[in-house]
Amino acid sequence: MTPSKEEFERIMIERHTKPVYDKLKNARVAIAGLGGLGSNIAISLARAGVGELFLVDFDKVDLSNLNRQQYEIGDLGIYKTEALSARLKRINPYIEISYKTIKVTPENASELFGSFNIVCEAFDRADMKAMLINSLLAECPDTVIVSGSGMAGYLSSNTIKTKQVFRRLYICGDTVTDMHDVNGLMAPRVAICANHEANMVIRLILGEKEV
Amino acid sequence: MIKINGEQREGFEGMTVGEMLAELGYKTAYIAIEMNGEILKRENYPSTELRDGDWLEVVNFVGGG
Repeated sequence: MTPSKEEFERIMIERHTKPVYDKLKNARVAIAGLGGLGSNIAISLARAGVGELFLVDFDKVDLSNLNRQQYEIGDLGIYKTEALSARLKRINPYIEISYKTIKVTPENASELFGSFNIVCEAFDRADMKAMLINSLLAECPDTVIVSGSGMAGYLSSNTIKTKQVFRRLYICGDTVTDMHDVNGLMAPRVAICANHEANMVIRLILGEKEV
Repeated sequence: MIKINGEQREGFEGMTVGEMLAELGYKTAYIAIEMNGEILKRENYPSTELRDGDWLEVVNFVGGG
């Protein structure tokens, strides 16, 4: 049986204190891309009790995703937005989840994400990452972006860092290792990077701007 | 002098940002630039001239996610 909303709240407040829980509950975060980064970020933020998540991805779950993304055999062929929303509802049924199954372009980026103070960039292609950051920083003056760059392979975990590179841009990753240089992506390092992003998001929500 | 990614660099004054990027080997498709604390739009790279005292952060994205 699903625990009641009150039970959920009581446990969260016990763990995190009421002021922290309230800030997280009232926060809205958008996630652009629901692959290895985005699926892990969403799950961590849902577990932390972030009150509203907006998920954007155009793609369906493919067998090649299962080595690092938070999907299962039963999700194959389903849109990532749908599969991940269902998973998040099984983790925390009392947060608000909305999604758009659409490809992000320079034309629609600000309309999709402009109402969010915090956006997670979680694409896999470098040009898409750059496109989103350029579009949102130019067109959405109230948006802070937390981005991921450099998490391929199985290099040392300790090379992955969170840095504030622009006034409104944080980057998590080693910033140099491209997926094409090291034969692809593996679950641990992608999840480490994703959770750097998720933790920076939580820090921002709680008023901590330093990395 | 111009500061690029925290380092003082000589010889870039008078160049455009586009020329500077070519000189340093950056590909426009993969980068974002903050110049003097503001995002610099891509369409302005070719026309933005570098002056003494400018400071730029150039972020080069790599693939994976």
